[in-house]
Amino acid sequence: MRASFHVSRRFLHVWRRNLKVYSKTWKISFLPPLLEPLFYLFAFGAGLGVLVGALSYRGVDVPYIAYLAPALIAINVMYNAFFETTYSSFVRMYYQKTYDAIVATPLSLEEVVTGEIVWGATKAVIATAVMMSVITLLGVSVFPAARLAYPSSLLLLPVAFLGGAAFSALGMLFTGIMPNIETFNLPIFLLITPMFLFSGTFFPLENLPRWIRVVAQALPLTHLVRLCRSLAYGLWHPELAWSALFLLGFAALFFPAAVVAMQRRIIK
Amino acid sequence: MDAIIEARQLNKCFGEITAVDGISFQVHPGESFGLLGPNGAGKTTTVRMIYGFSPMDAGSLQVFGLDIRRQWREVRGQIGVCQQDNSLDPDLTVRENLEVFAGYFDIPRRRARERTRELLEFVALEHRGAAKVEELSGGMMRRLVLARALINQPRLLILDEPTTGLDPQARHQVWQRLEELKARGLTVLITTHYMDEASRLCDRLLILDHGRILVEGRPLELIHRFVGKEVVEVAFPEEKLRRFVRERQWEHEDLGNRLIIYSRNGEDLYRLISRDYCEEGCHLRMASLEDVFLRLTGRDLRE
Repeated sequence: MRASFHVSRRFLHVWRRNLKVYSKTWKISFLPPLLEPLFYLFAFGAGLGVLVGALSYRGVDVPYIAYLAPALIAINVMYNAFFETTYSSFVRMYYQKTYDAIVATPLSLEEVVTGEIVWGATKAVIATAVMMSVITLLGVSVFPAARLAYPSSLLLLPVAFLGGAAFSALGMLFTGIMPNIETFNLPIFLLITPMFLFSGTFFPLENLPRWIRVVAQALPLTHLVRLCRSLAYGLWHPELAWSALFLLGFAALFFPAAVVAMQRRIIK
Repeated sequence: MDAIIEARQLNKCFGEITAVDGISFQVHPGESFGLLGPNGAGKTTTVRMIYGFSPMDAGSLQVFGLDIRRQWREVRGQIGVCQQDNSLDPDLTVRENLEVFAGYFDIPRRRARERTRELLEFVALEHRGAAKVEELSGGMMRRLVLARALINQPRLLILDEPTTGLDPQARHQVWQRLEELKARGLTVLITTHYMDEASRLCDRLLILDHGRILVEGRPLELIHRFVGKEVVEVAFPEEKLRRFVRERQWEHEDLGNRLIIYSRNGEDLYRLISRDYCEEGCHLRMASLEDVFLRLTGRDLRE
């Protein structure tokens, strides 16, 4: 097995290709981040929130709807990035043979993989921007409690990129090792769904047994939710740096792992 | 002039199986060179090593005088590849397929648009620029793949089974384009298992089997060397004809319900056989590359 790592700015060609395709279907791609906060904030925020009342987050009392809103952003980042480099990348790799065509040009497979991961992160940023607009609008109209604090909330965009890169790299690793497209159900049910529920998204982790809290600290979504929530409220604390570092390290670990997995799969 | 491709003792294994077993060959500028062989002979593997996709296990390979192992980017920048599988981008239109591909070669956008226009005209798809790839017929797709492979004005065009699965009209369309490119002096490497295609397009070729070179030469030369000029084919031969052929020690092949007799003077032979041994089901034809191929690689199924 040849271990090589040739990455130049040429990966941007792959990124640009994906952007071009996205720009044709943006009306459909915009729907989920547009509608999801609407549905969730009405159902859980307004509906369930009345029963829950207020929660305490870092000593601040927050209404349930405000607790929920930043978590929706974090979940949205995870889904956008992870689904892009699993299902979408797998289709490009396996069914459309897009990578086969590209590696006959001066691009390396490493650059293709890099382009896909950076694209997944970019898509997460776009979806975050759409979702932030909806939540901001709802914040000034129907749900004043869910209002995002500015300017700190603007940092949600680079955080979406960071989190997006982490989840994209993880997804790409699975694309490198999964035998077929149906098998993605496995990481989704064993990894993504538990994260969706147990990363401090819908209720504070403090309510759970200690061992779950410990495990949760190793999950990237926990850190992404923490970053999103604190920035959305404008709360600054040292743990933010740790969470950002965690996501950076996570991406830095899974990116080369994804490259190696893809090389093993494709280069024969 | 220096060789475009210079392969020495190329070797490639997949686990226990040796796909390419120490082959050496040269392709010269302006030449159309064919790699022939049954399925699994090692044609595609060889081609993939040439464009630097499959790392070779042993041997040396230079393309344009560059070492493919170290200078693969420069080599790929000057090669056009038509792969066997359809790898057109179904998310993009016909025109976008070419423009986006031009980007992979760092061709500036304006130049890419010009080149796209020229190439769509060349493959007679200028009116389908806005169409989706899936709306094209098989032949059109193959022509678009060809246009895409030419986007960087390559010095070497690699075609891996360029007309497999096409109907006769579509094949001739592709062949016509390839002959035009050949006339312009483009160096072409082509893999195929269609012998008519090889006879028509290749100046020189080699026949591979089990990863080894069986023969190398010009199509006509190979036909004369291994088969002769003419062939008499007899359907459902009688036993007495078989005996007659054996007694005369003519070169022949007995396929059970078909007898093939190779000859340098087919006309006399044909007259003799058709008069004495069969009233129908006997015919005389020119020897072809297919005869060479089947003689050398055998008639067993490759699966």
